[in-house]
Parts: sequence; structure tokens; C-alpha cells
Amino acid sequence: MNSTNRDVAPAEPDAGSAGYGPWRLALRRFLRNRVAVAFLILFFLIVLFVLAAPLWANHVAHTGPNEGHTLEKLHVNGEVREVVTPEGKPIGPQLFEAEGKFFLGADSRLGRDEMVRLMYGGRTSLLIGVISGLITTLLAVVLGLLAGYYKGWVDAVIARTLDVLWSLPVLLFGIAIGTSLALGGVSIGPIHIEGGSIWVPILIISIFYTPYVARPIRGEVLSLGEKEFVEAAIAQGAGPLRVMFGELLPNLASTIVVFFALNIANNMLFEAALSFLGAGVQPPNSSWGTMITVGEELLTTQPLLAIIPGVMIMLTVLSLNIVGDGLRDALDPRSKVRLEAHAGMTEPQGAAV
Amino acid sequence: MLRFIVRRIVGMVLVLFVVSILVFLIFNVIPNSPPAQRLAGKNATPTLVKSIEEEWGFDEPLPVQYTTMMKKVFNGELIQYSPRIPVDDRIKEGIPATLSLSIGAGIIWLSLGLLLGYLSAIRAGGWLDRMLTGLAVAGISIPVFLLAPVLIYFLTYKLEIFPNGGYVGLTEDPWGWLQHMILPWFTLAVLSIGFYSRVLRSNMLDVMNEDYVRTARAKGLSERKVMTRHVLRNSLIPITTLFGLDFGATIAGTAIITEVLFNIEGIGSYAAESIGKLELPPIMGITLYGAFFVVFINALVDIAYAYLDPRVRLGSTAR
Repeated sequence: MNSTNRDVAPAEPDAGSAGYGPWRLALRRFLRNRVAVAFLILFFLIVLFVLAAPLWANHVAHTGPNEGHTLEKLHVNGEVREVVTPEGKPIGPQLFEAEGKFFLGADSRLGRDEMVRLMYGGRTSLLIGVISGLITTLLAVVLGLLAGYYKGWVDAVIARTLDVLWSLPVLLFGIAIGTSLALGGVSIGPIHIEGGSIWVPILIISIFYTPYVARPIRGEVLSLGEKEFVEAAIAQGAGPLRVMFGELLPNLASTIVVFFALNIANNMLFEAALSFLGAGVQPPNSSWGTMITVGEELLTTQPLLAIIPGVMIMLTVLSLNIVGDGLRDALDPRSKVRLEAHAGMTEPQGAAV
Repeated sequence: MLRFIVRRIVGMVLVLFVVSILVFLIFNVIPNSPPAQRLAGKNATPTLVKSIEEEWGFDEPLPVQYTTMMKKVFNGELIQYSPRIPVDDRIKEGIPATLSLSIGAGIIWLSLGLLLGYLSAIRAGGWLDRMLTGLAVAGISIPVFLLAPVLIYFLTYKLEIFPNGGYVGLTEDPWGWLQHMILPWFTLAVLSIGFYSRVLRSNMLDVMNEDYVRTARAKGLSERKVMTRHVLRNSLIPITTLFGLDFGATIAGTAIITEVLFNIEGIGSYAAESIGKLELPPIMGITLYGAFFVVFINALVDIAYAYLDPRVRLGSTAR
């Protein structure tokens, strides 16, 4: 794990390899970080796994994620196995014994296929993580650019708002919004969001995680604003929009990429927490968080039902965290802020791992 | 210092006001369905809905509604409707369990984090150092809802070392209390230990380069004295801030999930139970109190920080 930080740390003789653009150099640095590359591959495998959900459901398991099979029986190697016993105990992992049906067993007394739910649940979890990551990043970049470029009262308003949002207990407000919107949903202008839709958690996550990305971006815009190239652009007659999006934005690209990866990881953890408590993804739909809630009731008899979705969350989040760290090393070898910045401690006081 | 405190308290009051407005908007204004219907819960009778509507004055203008809500919250008149119990009573019942869990876990992660961080800073680059980096990465990636089921399954069901969840009052049965709390404490604490030791370590390595450390060495202080008196003391200042923020965030965050996982009947379990029943008044109360608590702790932390590090209160930018 340590190698994430160590292998890349010594400054490279970049000056010698003229002719390569900064992105090409960064790519080379990233590829040299074996741990990060390995976890990037793991992340792609997880994405492939959840994308394959309909294939597995239609051609192997022959069932949907929300279909119950309570009273059905499986014929395995000449013996008959009940999907759910009369006592309510679901069948355990069958692997390939039943031709892929109930590969990981059934999820509860409803007798739904755990493997199919895991794949579809992963789709929901990843989708929520990525979409709210995109919204957060967009909001953060726009707010950060506005605050950092205009300074003065614009900056004061934006910075104070972000500070207040940042100091609120995220999970409590997530629960409050999630339950409050459960009946009836909400209408924002022409957009109507239903109570049980995945847009409720996406909305919650995007709003509450924006400060975590916007604050560092604002800081960077403030320091970039002092540089000569901004002054030069303004002297050439560039308007606010061109300075913000033509001059400043390209210089933020590496920060944005890194925070995007870390942000998705945090979003997924938050979604799982909300869904685990019942204020996120609503049944019968599955997400890795809701699957843990369901599985936890059978912890004594079928421990894997609670543990497997948890492991999936951990692997996804871990790979995103390590890839994000690797990207930061590759894109900005001088960067001192690593783990700390990520955990929300964006003040420079305690930097340098 | 006094000026700083006053400024910080004014800031706190403003944030508290914003928080209460936000909670008001979330529960009474933003959603589509009629607010009385939502407060009454899933299976409410029309008469109950009608009485709630009158009680809360939902036909009045918004500012009046806001004052009614705040009056109800602060007079302890917030009521959950099925069964009809004052929300404050249930919250008061949950406080001992929630505090036991969070304070215990806080003590564990702070003391172990500091100890390990100190040790790894003196021997930077050693095996302990590497291990703690790993633990720190794991700490931000492993969710409690994975760690807890694994620990419960192996340590409680398989090895039967710990009792199976629940909460025993400290005053009723101190030994039982301890037995019931150890596993939840560690679940909540273990993921922060790595992070805290990393932060302390990097702070210490920074401080070691300061001139006053060189001066201390030059005047012949023993290495141990330099480390504890000068390096450690100055490295601890940022940790107080971090701990205060994290402690507040934990009570209003991860502790809720941990309580549910271990069946601890605290405020978090009450919140989860209310989510399940879609019972809004308790969630309204818990969100408000929780947010107030967190904002209050944050202000306290800032004041403590300014007291410990005069540079903060002399600077014009109050965080």
C-alpha cells in the first residue's frame, strides 16, 4: 500500500523527455505505479461485473432481481433442494451445481437470487456514485471558479455557504431529506422526482458533498489567479467567461480528475449508509447497502448474505481511493496533500503524508 | 481572545438559525405531499391528519409555521404519533447508550492513534509506519456495515467471546456494560486509528524541522524531552480540531449505523426505527438536535484551538 506514495515520489527527470505532453508524462508515471494500475483493473472488472447483470440474469440464472422463488425447488444432482425451507431459511450458495441458478444462494425468505441482486444492486450503487460524482464536480467547478475569479462578495457568499454546508452532519440531513421525500417526492421546476426513485439519494449526495470538492478548487483558483498567464489573458481583452473556462479550467483538470475518483468512492459509501438505514434506495430495488440490511437478519445462518455486498462496496471504494491517490501522484508529483485532503481535511496545516 | 470568542459565538448562532431554517424547509415546505399527512405517518387516520394540521398551523403563512415548529421542538412538544410518545422522552432514553458508544470509541481511537502515530514518527519508514499507512487507507475504504457483520459473526456467534448486541446500563451492571460495548467501540474506532496516527506522524515530522526544535537539541535537552515537550505538544494542536470535528460527526453519523448493527438502543437506533415506520417527527427532532450538537462542538473546538494556538485568534480570518 505504501508503494502508492513511495514509488512515484522522487521527482523524475521530466525535463529530459522533451516532446511528451504533460498528460502523456502523467500516464507514464501512473503506469509505473503497479498498485494503482492493479486496482484500476479491479475497478474495471467490477464495472464489467455489474454491466453483465442482464446477461447473467437472462442466460444463466433465468430470473430477475426482484423475482421471488419462495415455493420453488431445485433439482441438483438428483436431489431436490428447497429454495426456502419451511422455517424460512434461504438456500445457500449453489455455485454451478444448479447450472448457475442461485450461484450465491437466495437472499431471504422471499427467495430472490442473491447473485442477480448483487449485480443489479451494484449497477444502482455505481450509477448513484458516478452520477452524483458528475453533478458534484460540475457544481464544485462552477462555484469554485466563480468564487475564485470574482473574489469579493461573490466569494464571501459562496465560501460561507460551502462552510455551513460542510459543517452540517451529512448523514442526519440525508436521512431527513430521504424520509421527508419518501411520500410524494419533490418538484424542482419542471423536474418531478418520485419518492422511491434513485434521484432522491443522488440529489442528497450531490448537494452535501459539493463543499468537499468546491473548497479545494476555490483555493486553487485563488492561487492560479495570481499567475501571469491570467494577467496576460486579461490584458489581451479576455472576458470573465474566457478567463474562467479557457484559462483557469484547463489548469484545474488534474485536480478535478483526482477529486472525481475520490468523490465517487465517498458517494458510494454515503449511498450505502443511507440505503442501509432505509433512507436511500427503496425496496424492492436492490443496492449494495439495502442488501446488507436484508442479509443482516440472517447473519447467524447465512453470514455471506451480509458480508458479500459489504465486500463489494469495500473493493470498489478501495480501488477508487487507490486509483485516485495514484492519479494525484502521477498528475502532480509535488502535491503534498494526500490522505488528509481526501478525508475532508483540506486545510493545509496538517498536510504531507 | 474575548473578541474571538464573541465573534465565533455570533457565527455559531447564525449557523444554528440556518440549520433550523433548512430543517423547516426539508420537512414542511419542499416535498410535494401535504405536510400533515407526512408527519402523521404511513397509516394515519384522517382525524389525526386533521388535528396535526390544526396543531401545526399548516394553513398559516410560512414564518408563522416556522415559529410554531421551533416552539414545539424547544418546549418538547414534538410527538411521534404511532404510538403517541413525546419524541424528547425517547431521545433522553437513548442518550446514555449513544454517549457510551461514541465517547468510548473516541477515547480508543484517539489514544491508540496518538500512541501509534508517535511511535511511527520516531521511526519513520519502519514496518509500523508502513502498516499504519495500510490501516489508514483501509480505514477510509472499509464501511462499518462490513466490519460489524464480520466481527459479530466470528466473535459473537462462532467464538462466543462477546454477548450478542444490546445495551446494558453502566449504573445497573458495569461489567455487563463493558462486555457489551467492547465490540461496538472497536468497530467504530478501528477505522479512525490509522488516519489519526498518520496525521500525528506527518505533523510531528513537520514540527521536527522547526527552528525551536533545533534550539532545544542545541541546548542539550535529552531526545526524549525534545520529542515529548516540544515536538509532540506542538503537533497535538491540529489534532484537537480534528478530533472535535470527527467526534461530532461520529455521533451524528457512523454511530447511528453502528448502533443499528449492534442493536444498541440509542438515538441512532431510534432514528433507524423511525425511518422504517416513516415517522417524521422523531427524525425532525433528531436532525435538529444532532445538527445543533455538531455546530456547537465545532464552535467549541475553534475556541479551544484559538486558545492553544494564539496565531489563530490574532489572524483576521476566523474559520
